[in-house]
Amino acid sequence: MTGVPRRLAQAVVVLWAAFTLSFVILYLLPGDAALARLGGGEGVTATPAEIAAVRAEYGLDDSLVVQYGKRLLAALHGDFGTSVITGDTATHMVFGALPSTLALTGLALVLAVVFGAGVAVLGTYTRVRWLGNLLLSLPPLGTSLPSFWVGLVLIQVFSFQLRWVPAIGSDGFVSVVLPAITLALPTGAVIGQVLAKSLRTQLGESYVEIVLAKGASRRRVHFGHALRNAALPAVTLVGVVLGNLLAGTVVTEAVFSRDGVGRVTAAAVGTQDIPVVQAVIVLSAFFFVLINLAVDLLYPLLDPRLRAVTRG
Amino acid sequence: MSPLLEIRGLAVSYRARRGVLPAVRGVDLTVHTGEIVAVVGESGSGKSTTAHAAIGLLPRGGTIEAGTITFDGQDLTRLSERGWQAVRGTGIALVPQDPTVSLNPVRRIGDQVAEVLLVHRLAAGRDAATRAVELLRRAGIGEPERRARQYPHELSGGLRQRVLIAIALAGDPRLIIADEPTSALDVTVQREILDHLEHLAAESGTAVLLITHDLGVAADRARRIAVMSEGRVVEEGPTREILGAPRQPYTRALLSAAPSLSREPLRPRRPAGSDVLLSVSGLGKSFRDTRAVDDVSFTVARGRTLALVGESGSGKTTTARMVVGLETPSAGTVTFDGREITALAGEELRLLRKRFQIVYQNPYASLNPRFSIADVITEPLRAFGIGSRAERRARAAELLDQVALPASTLDRRPAELSGGQRQRTAIARALALRPDLVVYDEPVSALDVSVQAQILALLVSLQEELGLTYLFITHDLAVVREIADHVGVMHAGRLVELGPADEVLTRPREPYTRALLDAIPGQEWDSVPERPVSA
Repeated sequence: MTGVPRRLAQAVVVLWAAFTLSFVILYLLPGDAALARLGGGEGVTATPAEIAAVRAEYGLDDSLVVQYGKRLLAALHGDFGTSVITGDTATHMVFGALPSTLALTGLALVLAVVFGAGVAVLGTYTRVRWLGNLLLSLPPLGTSLPSFWVGLVLIQVFSFQLRWVPAIGSDGFVSVVLPAITLALPTGAVIGQVLAKSLRTQLGESYVEIVLAKGASRRRVHFGHALRNAALPAVTLVGVVLGNLLAGTVVTEAVFSRDGVGRVTAAAVGTQDIPVVQAVIVLSAFFFVLINLAVDLLYPLLDPRLRAVTRG
Repeated sequence: MSPLLEIRGLAVSYRARRGVLPAVRGVDLTVHTGEIVAVVGESGSGKSTTAHAAIGLLPRGGTIEAGTITFDGQDLTRLSERGWQAVRGTGIALVPQDPTVSLNPVRRIGDQVAEVLLVHRLAAGRDAATRAVELLRRAGIGEPERRARQYPHELSGGLRQRVLIAIALAGDPRLIIADEPTSALDVTVQREILDHLEHLAAESGTAVLLITHDLGVAADRARRIAVMSEGRVVEEGPTREILGAPRQPYTRALLSAAPSLSREPLRPRRPAGSDVLLSVSGLGKSFRDTRAVDDVSFTVARGRTLALVGESGSGKTTTARMVVGLETPSAGTVTFDGREITALAGEELRLLRKRFQIVYQNPYASLNPRFSIADVITEPLRAFGIGSRAERRARAAELLDQVALPASTLDRRPAELSGGQRQRTAIARALALRPDLVVYDEPVSALDVSVQAQILALLVSLQEELGLTYLFITHDLAVVREIADHVGVMHAGRLVELGPADEVLTRPREPYTRALLDAIPGQEWDSVPERPVSA
């Protein structure tokens, strides 16, 4: 198998592996979901009969292999089981929280790419020394700031002092701005760092000298030649940082008290709500695989050297 | 007639962390319309810096300290960025050193040629594309329509250099600066490219400033030669005078070191011996569908030098790697001192490795930069657990002495050494285990000619002293002429000709060998001064 079918097959394998791994880890964890359903692990008041009934209801009395088979089959139909805490289906809980999180990560990704790339391109293009140095020192600064702290500072300034945006909640577009900036900062910083380094490398390449020798302007060299070559590693990075963004929602949504998959995840992990945790894991893996698949398919369009490889 | 390019008292320096390093110290150079002038010099002579100053493309940190560069009546040193943009491409064009990295990998060939026309508003749209194809055709590229749609990685090095020549010619410039335009290419390709460049320049009345380290190339192509050393022009004049009656000792030294201009071997050639040390039979290696090496057989007797010559892709390096067991053959056998080593593996092979060593082309990449020179040289001894620390250090000092480096080198690091010193270190390391056979893979092709001559002389004297047997891999027939007893010519994976050096080099049977020999630059210039005896 080559090309697109091969990539698709790989994507399916990754999803299956994410499901299986999460199943193994979650079900081997100490703790009992049945007890949790009946009111928390310690100081149990339920009778053994009640516990057995719950176990039977959730299929926890089957052997591990049978449980795995049943769950995998159900998962293929989009059913990850019922939350042991809320009684709602895991799929419904996660999908319910999804739009808010997608809005957050989507905006964060856009901000990260726009500002990361903008800083890198301007910082390497400008000939005003202090401006270049200032711009290029932003990405290292951005990577070293903890995002919860940035979130708190943003709330302090823009919500409490300037009263521009609400501090917490998930209503309307304005509420997503501060969390998205918080979430975008570390990611955009990494993109900026990689792109700036890659641009500087490209500008030192021999082909740039030839473009200049043709009589081309610096702008033409920068935007017409170096940027497209420099974008290649940065595009790969976008696929990788999406994972950071999804993980980052856990902290960001907590800091800004937003509803979303991050909150659901934090709550489900805290209460050992295994079906929900597993639904989150598989969903995250799905988005991760999707973005990386898109990046992989985009790559040959950007770099002709890879086209032959994809074909062959 | 006023000159096209006139450089007067040019001084250029580079600002580095350690201070200001002068690279060019007062150069005068004149190029007239339609004339080919060669600037010859070794690395660090300032020849490339001079050339780049003339097109305003000095590398980062390079500054013109003094002097004027007048082109067509205009002082280039005072030009604004916009002024330069108008001159570059249409007034002065550049053909670079390494075609493999000089084209943008993600843009089509045709677009890169047409860009010159677009930038200078000489053509637009479809017209520019059509003219780009025409330019590719003029630069000697077959199927120019197809090539124009391709990307650089789909073209060979020689074709890419032709594309770069097409780019240089696109704006109809009055001067082309060619900075080592063929030193990254095979000799036969080099010849075609230079022929073509010369022809096109003559046709359009374009002057060429040819920067080269190879006196043979300069001799063949230029009407006048300027010899540069340490940032100065030490001698300048008509080619005939520079080669026939050089006035400066430096020019004489450069002439005598140039391998392409010498004819005599460094030691008398030895006849084939009966004491065979290395025997290769029916050797083959396939990578997927391609046969890199196909049915290669030869023997090397003790104390002899066999040179394997070939152009890039001929399979010579793969053959060398199979001989020393770094690559597994797909077919055939390698027999070393009566033992077949193709069948050996693991510890047996490792122990036998003591007896054959390899020295690589690039002395910059083959030495671990974090090691001291003593560590580098004693590494094979440590690998085989030979001697105590003190004994190993003593052996390292002895080896340094053999390769004519001072003992004080022991505690230095590779970065502190010159290219020639590094290659001497690599040779010392290869000799550490007292091998019988040393395989050299292009050991001098990264070095300046004078250093090259010294290293070759060292190799010959070491062979005499230690009774070594050499397998010498090279693309350079001129080098072969100096050191080989026997020569094997490789082409497309096959050994097309094998025989005593004098026979192969003077009476080749194969047309391919003939073509290789004809392509050596500087053949018309035999009357060169005697080679000095010192090494």
